[in-house]
Amino acid sequence: MDFSTYVIININCSIIQKKPRFRKKNGIRVGSRFHKWRREDIHRVKGILKIAYKLLVNDKGKFAALLVGITFAVFLMVMMTSMFAGILHRSSATVLNIGAKVWVMDPAVNTPINSIPLPDYVLDAVRSIHGVKYAVPLYSGGALVKLRSGVYQSVTVIGLDDSSLYGRPELIDGQIENIYAENAFVVVKDAEFAKLENPRIGTEFEINDHRGVIVGIAKVTTSGLFGVPTLYTTYNRALQYIPSTRFTTAFILIEPKSSDAVPYIKQQVKALGYEALTKEEFIQKTSNFYKYQTGVGTNVLIMTVISFIVGLSISGQTFYTFILENLEKFGALKAIGAKGRELIYMILFQATFTALTGYGLGIGLACLLITVAKLRLPSYAAMITYANLGIAFVMVLIIAAISSYIGVRKVLRIEPFDIFRG
Amino acid sequence: MAELAMRATELVKWFGEGDAKTIAVREVSFDAWFGEMLYIEGPSGSGKTTLLSLISGILRPNSGTVLVENKDIWSMTSDQIAEFRLNKVGFVFQDYHLFPRLTTVENVAIPLILKRLDWNESINEAMKYLEIVGIKDRALLPPVKLSGGEQQRVAIARAIASHPDILIFDEPTASLDGDTGRRIIEFVKKNILNDKRCIIVVTHDSRIFEYADRIMKMEDGRIIGFEQGGGREN
Repeated sequence: MDFSTYVIININCSIIQKKPRFRKKNGIRVGSRFHKWRREDIHRVKGILKIAYKLLVNDKGKFAALLVGITFAVFLMVMMTSMFAGILHRSSATVLNIGAKVWVMDPAVNTPINSIPLPDYVLDAVRSIHGVKYAVPLYSGGALVKLRSGVYQSVTVIGLDDSSLYGRPELIDGQIENIYAENAFVVVKDAEFAKLENPRIGTEFEINDHRGVIVGIAKVTTSGLFGVPTLYTTYNRALQYIPSTRFTTAFILIEPKSSDAVPYIKQQVKALGYEALTKEEFIQKTSNFYKYQTGVGTNVLIMTVISFIVGLSISGQTFYTFILENLEKFGALKAIGAKGRELIYMILFQATFTALTGYGLGIGLACLLITVAKLRLPSYAAMITYANLGIAFVMVLIIAAISSYIGVRKVLRIEPFDIFRG
Repeated sequence: MAELAMRATELVKWFGEGDAKTIAVREVSFDAWFGEMLYIEGPSGSGKTTLLSLISGILRPNSGTVLVENKDIWSMTSDQIAEFRLNKVGFVFQDYHLFPRLTTVENVAIPLILKRLDWNESINEAMKYLEIVGIKDRALLPPVKLSGGEQQRVAIARAIASHPDILIFDEPTASLDGDTGRRIIEFVKKNILNDKRCIIVVTHDSRIFEYADRIMKMEDGRIIGFEQGGGREN
């Protein structure tokens, strides 16, 4: 018998002889530790956790202090990150509201607000790229309007391609065709709408000594970051009414024939010396600019870390005191017959319960404050996202883990003999 | 003839090493019998509490054995020793060590919960033990609202709740006035001690010696002799 035959025989034997480790009965693995847990220990663990719960909750002063610490920390963390999320979301308002799939811009452009005008030939060149279904120019610029009351107000004017009106907003009042009427503008009803003295259809204003008339009221996904109302008009009217530089196209908006064509379009635009970004990439670029190049991100990060440290300090210290006060009782439990791991369950449960309750309260408080703030200040930029909630949750779990680690170390060190010695 | 509850053989325990080494228990051997109330008496530092810890599965000896039901408890794993303490030994600590945030009945229910009884079942069962120690009407109060004697009774109820074979009292009268202490021991002797249970009491309160069946005298970690107690039955 050669070696390979020997190996095969042995492998086969081991396969045949190998018994299943556990047999199943009613879906429960009989004979496994899991099975024993289900059958014998469930009351014990439930009871132990209930004792832990009562020890925690009945110590009202400590429990309140623990909750205040964690709630405060979560509240601060969520507020900080929500404000940042709100700022980031609004910084990409133009991209979100226009909704074009691919945007062409100068590579130096970081945000939709600070566009660098593109030469006219770029539009023709982009239109000739294989895979482009159509491409249109977009005007984006600032202007001052004089309202009926005589007040001057800064506005952002978006000039849509005359023939397609690509990127037009959804109107809640008026007809989009009226944008072609004389002096016609569509106003966006967002958080800044009131700054234009709540215009209605037919409301007139002056823009750079031209008469302007509101012909439609639109709604958009999100308001802008800088607290300026937005007016939509046609590309050519925008050029006509607002003083312009030599080149006037802020962005070129592309509708690709298919999503597969996007990489090729990007490559060809790059060859022209410009940059083509998908909507998501442009939002990400804008977001990165505010995060890493403005100091806003660093400040928010610092405040979030400070909130975390404050929460950790308050709840960690309180939990430590709580454990110290109950240390002898844990020792007595050990003497009576509780196992070390059961005391660990108790402490983990107490820390987790406090952390999750504080988390819920903190989130609730942050939601309440943001809601109230938005009622009073419609332009208040704060937005709770799943990422904010996730970050706060992870932070709270870390606080619970550190607090319980300190407690577990103490409790595992206590010997029942110390209880006898007094 | 009474059955053997526990046999300690050649128990030795020391603390520290080198110059700091202190021998707390020196080759102590004794038997404890069911139906017996055995006192361990001696001056402070004589090794009573250490011996109590060695025989109850709390402190591992450096050498020697403790046989309960013909098995050396110190040959068990730590989990088995925890189970042994839960099922075979009941403790009444000097300071009671009741949980102030739990009600009296919940304190008594702790060993029952550890013995895997359902919470409600444990509470119902604990009520029976509170009735035995005569403070059922205090069941829903926190222990801090009870007098010293009542707290002692709660501690006794908790100790007997797990039906232990061996009951250990550490200085049971130290925190009580003379009359209350005597009443408690009388109560224990009359209602808790039986033919299937052995009670070991560490004390130097001579006022309760009259209730002992035997008194084991310790000094400097050694047994210096046994005396017959009063064995008073009331």
